[in-house]
Amino acid sequence: MKPLRITALLTLAAASLLATACKKSHNTAGSSGGVSLLNVSYDPTRELYVEFNAAFAKHWKEKTGQDLKVEQSHGGSGKQARAVIDGLSADVVTLALAGDIDAVAKSGALPADWEGKLPDHSSPYTSTIVFVVRKGNPKGIKNWDDLVKPGIGVITPNPKTSGGARWNYLAAWAWASKEYGGDEAKVKDYITKLFKNVPVLDSGARGSTTSFAQRGLGDVLLAWENEIALLQKEFPGQTEVVYPSLSIIAEPPVAVVEKNAAAHGTTEVATEYLKYLYTPEGQEIAAKNFYRPRDAKVADKYAKNFPALTLVNIRDDFGGWERAQKTHFADGGTFDQLYGK
Amino acid sequence: MSRRRIIPGFGLSLGYTLTYLSVIILIPLVALFMKASQMGWADSVKLLKSPGIVAAAKLSFGASAIAALCSSVLGLLIAWVLVRYRFPGRKFFDAMVDLPFALPTAVAGITLSQIYSTKGWVGKYLAQGAQWVKEHHAPGGWIGGWVDTISQRGAAYSSIGVFIALFFIGLPFVVRTVQPVMEDLSKDTEEAAATLGAGRWTVFWRVIFPSILPALITGFTLAFARAVGEYGSVIFISGNLPLKTEILPSLIISQLEQFKYESAAVIAAAMLVVSFVLLFLINLLQRRLNWRTR
Repeated sequence: MKPLRITALLTLAAASLLATACKKSHNTAGSSGGVSLLNVSYDPTRELYVEFNAAFAKHWKEKTGQDLKVEQSHGGSGKQARAVIDGLSADVVTLALAGDIDAVAKSGALPADWEGKLPDHSSPYTSTIVFVVRKGNPKGIKNWDDLVKPGIGVITPNPKTSGGARWNYLAAWAWASKEYGGDEAKVKDYITKLFKNVPVLDSGARGSTTSFAQRGLGDVLLAWENEIALLQKEFPGQTEVVYPSLSIIAEPPVAVVEKNAAAHGTTEVATEYLKYLYTPEGQEIAAKNFYRPRDAKVADKYAKNFPALTLVNIRDDFGGWERAQKTHFADGGTFDQLYGK
Repeated sequence: MSRRRIIPGFGLSLGYTLTYLSVIILIPLVALFMKASQMGWADSVKLLKSPGIVAAAKLSFGASAIAALCSSVLGLLIAWVLVRYRFPGRKFFDAMVDLPFALPTAVAGITLSQIYSTKGWVGKYLAQGAQWVKEHHAPGGWIGGWVDTISQRGAAYSSIGVFIALFFIGLPFVVRTVQPVMEDLSKDTEEAAATLGAGRWTVFWRVIFPSILPALITGFTLAFARAVGEYGSVIFISGNLPLKTEILPSLIISQLEQFKYESAAVIAAAMLVVSFVLLFLINLLQRRLNWRTR
């Protein structure tokens, strides 16, 4: 019987090890009297938050004398939301779509009315969808109607797998909607033609950028404005940006994950952290990282980086994320119907 | 302890084995099936019958099977050369066989699509070749369809691209399962066959092949199973066109993106069941072969 007892002991030891490992994964009061926050964000905000975290930690130290360490987690927005739902102990979430935070809210980690807790629907910076074309714009692409011409290759990720791609689709829809005076048959026809011109649907935005810039696929890439700087740094002199007559305003939202923050005792610092995004300093960092700031003064300062264009928003034109998601991207929604044609 | 066992520590190792199997494999799989069962039978069937899933399932299982078959043929050849011939750089090539195991699959996918797209080193010539065939022979039917696709897209961003990626990741499985068996083959039987007047082909077909066939089938099974679940390398080269080049794992991710855990679990569970049945049948076949050759 002896070997069996050893087994039992080993199993127990392993189990207790596992339990302690889980417990210590997040402790609020570190040895030096410091505090830590976990910011779960999406992919392209990596550089933005490295800079912002340093600035905020300095601000927090001056204000409270407390050392603050902000940890970052990045990945696809939907994937990040699922991680938080499944127990990744985030204090704040800064994601790409309101729908992703809504999903976290549905799990009970934060109240459903999170969007009203901070100014501008809880989105401190914005971005928009623009066109990236080859140097010299050989195909003369100026606006959305050029994208459906025969022989034009349009590169966009698949809206079913990429949150970013949903903005591309909605921007195209919004333009067509205005252009055809809301005639839905014509709008649908436009979208169908548009996706006929898409040779590959990558699963995410980075994949699309690679397809377009590195593999030389297609003539125009639908991309987030904040990704363009990166693209031009990676592939200098190969591409240029075209601003269409109309696009959609993408509003990446932020929220305190109240349940986790309360458990960690970080509610105050987490709230302050997000509010700091709205201060001139926070806005400045957003603008430097090619996100459009909300603050008018900062926006003026960086105006040359952000040409003015007509922007529709998802609340007024699509009835909010939940409705847009259901109508367009859910299984059997408009995208599925039009693509199957 | 009435009987003494040759290897000590049976209790310990059995306990470890059972704990390991349940924590690492059984519990996650049970959880998956439990999640899937939340959806209800009618809804599950409806989901699995939807055109997108059916198309993706055909592509996933079809391309995996073809890729595993090709891996088997080429893997056998590679193993043969590595075992039977001595040439400079053999050790180097031998080590190289394992590289697809070590390479992150996304890197493999990006690299492959780079090479096989119309602008890539290989894809460029494939496209030109396909164009030539199209102009001079104008083949019809599904061959014509393939030629058409290759001339437009190289070999990437089509079901051919999916096949290439699955072939790439499957190959080492076959080589590494067949190789040791080949090394253990005694030359005596071959020599005996030769003295009895068998030609080289007969020796291979009647003597060597039957004894490595079980290992070859194992290699095929491993390559096939891996290919069915493969995600990273395929999504880059497939182009992810709904109804055309989407693979099942990509559809599961797409369900998860919509926070539909149950649907994702249903597709995954269905995939596992089909795979299990196929693998089980292959195993049965292998048992019979093993029994026959003994």
